[in-house]
Amino acid sequence: MRTASSARSRWGLRTLGLGYLTLLLLAPLAMIFYKTFEHGIAAPLDAITSPDGLHALKLTLIMIAVAVPLNTVFGVGCALLLVRHRWKGNPAIDAIINLPFAISPVVIGLSLFLLYGTNGWLGPTLAEAGIKILFSVPGMILASVFVSLPFVVRETVPVLQEIGTDQEQAASTLGASAWQIFWRVTLPAIRWGVAYGVVLTTARVLGEFGAVTIVSGSISGQTQTLPLFVEKQFEAFNLPGAYGASILLAVLALSTLLAMNLLKRKEDA
Amino acid sequence: MGITVEGASKRFGDFQALKDVSIEVPNGSLTALLGPSGSGKSTLLRAIAGLETLDGGRVLIEDEDVSTKPAQKRGVGFVFQHYAAFKHMTVFGNVAFGLTIRKWKKPQIEERVHELLRLVQLDGLAERYPSQLSGGQRQRMALARALAVEPQVLLLDEPFGALDARVRKDLRTWLRRLHEEMHVTTIFVTHDQEEAMDVAKQLVVMNEGRVEQSGTADELYEQPANEFVMSFVGEVNRLGDHFVRPHDMDVVLDPDERTEEAMVQRIVALGFEIRVEFALGDGTEVWAQLTRAELQKLELREGQIVYLRPGQAKSFSGSPPSNGHGASTPRSQTDDGDAEVSAAV
Repeated sequence: MRTASSARSRWGLRTLGLGYLTLLLLAPLAMIFYKTFEHGIAAPLDAITSPDGLHALKLTLIMIAVAVPLNTVFGVGCALLLVRHRWKGNPAIDAIINLPFAISPVVIGLSLFLLYGTNGWLGPTLAEAGIKILFSVPGMILASVFVSLPFVVRETVPVLQEIGTDQEQAASTLGASAWQIFWRVTLPAIRWGVAYGVVLTTARVLGEFGAVTIVSGSISGQTQTLPLFVEKQFEAFNLPGAYGASILLAVLALSTLLAMNLLKRKEDA
Repeated sequence: MGITVEGASKRFGDFQALKDVSIEVPNGSLTALLGPSGSGKSTLLRAIAGLETLDGGRVLIEDEDVSTKPAQKRGVGFVFQHYAAFKHMTVFGNVAFGLTIRKWKKPQIEERVHELLRLVQLDGLAERYPSQLSGGQRQRMALARALAVEPQVLLLDEPFGALDARVRKDLRTWLRRLHEEMHVTTIFVTHDQEEAMDVAKQLVVMNEGRVEQSGTADELYEQPANEFVMSFVGEVNRLGDHFVRPHDMDVVLDPDERTEEAMVQRIVALGFEIRVEFALGDGTEVWAQLTRAELQKLELREGQIVYLRPGQAKSFSGSPPSNGHGASTPRSQTDDGDAEVSAAV
């Protein structure tokens, strides 16, 4: 009796979980795929391969190419500091790193706007020096770095805590310098945690909309990343274009998630 | 001297881990640092290796003051309780680590690593990863790794603490033999007095951040400096101010002027050895270690009134009352927290 009822409740839970996922995640995604290819592949393909579409793809890849390495180096360094060097300021640093998780991307965009705008604190000085931050690529990179900052730190800290200091101390008694210890012992030991953080950072930068939209001004062919391009196409009622770019974005995001799952399996092995 | 520590002190927050500790370890010897947890023995070992910095005092390795040198430059081999294996490297990679750091050439590294793997009986397992080894194999790998760089001194921090009893016994014999072959100055930390006596010729007993006594196993057992050492290196009964080993308790059936009346509470047969527990008139519980033959001769049974004659009783006159472990520190050191404790091994 017990097994029968527990089997029933297990199936009930499964149905509920799958139904929830289907309704909220899979159905909308499937709709996009369906709508995109409803009238053939030509229209969406045209939209993506248009100069503005290609530029948006290029800009998105640039965001990833700059923000991900920056946040990886910063993230690993910061995690090392938090875990390996006891300091009374650590809890404060820890809390500050979580800010991008807590603050809405739109607010992040606005704060950058206020800082670097014509009336901002840094805007006029930088403008005099000939450096343009807002409505151009540097500002978009700043926004991308900001929103995706915590991932590598958050994924690396627990791994560093778990491996402890024994291996590093053993390496030092064997004659390794701090630098050698980092490259030969610490980094290989935390590599899956770091890689996981890198994948999450990439996915976040890829999809970032709110902060980037404010600092970039979303100028077609100049300061549009793929998510901004999708929105502009949608607003202009160019639905095949919007769908096509969405699919491209979805495929990129799905492949990073796939990479993440592969990494996870490797980590468990 | 192989290793000299002079006046070492170390504090972790409110906890004074080492209180003016001095030891001397002769070249090529195998010495055990013995003490309960929190006695400072591991801190002392780590300070010798350079893994802890001392608040005060000096460390000399082969008469050179290394106090300000980092661990990296001290030329010590260190073996950790939990192996500290490089998990992402093969056994070969682990043992070769120190040699690649020293930029040895590949053929030389291979030759040396395989020589060491033979020495620790791991030849054939070079391509395995640490996760594929048993605890005993991992610790032997860690030992080979430490020995690869030909350290001036070898430091082992509870090296067998994480292993099961049988493996521990095997490894201890094996370590003693290895030391006889290699003659590297070795310090071995343990909380197990039997292990210390089995492996090392010289022992240093530590308690509460101080050296209580040092000497050979016989010296510590026969002439303990104080109650702590006496109770730590063997079993002990307390009779008023006197301390008696259970095997020095004579059980007789007729009283005389040196005996004390006792009632047999329990008789426990532990193979060859018989443990007989008594209650004295004042309620004190003591026990005697008898052989099977002695027990049969006495025909003891539970509830019987007999007489105990403590032979070889020791008193550490003036020792303060027991501090919960049935142990106390020598009087000369209890009043003054920084009393000098010097021990020549």
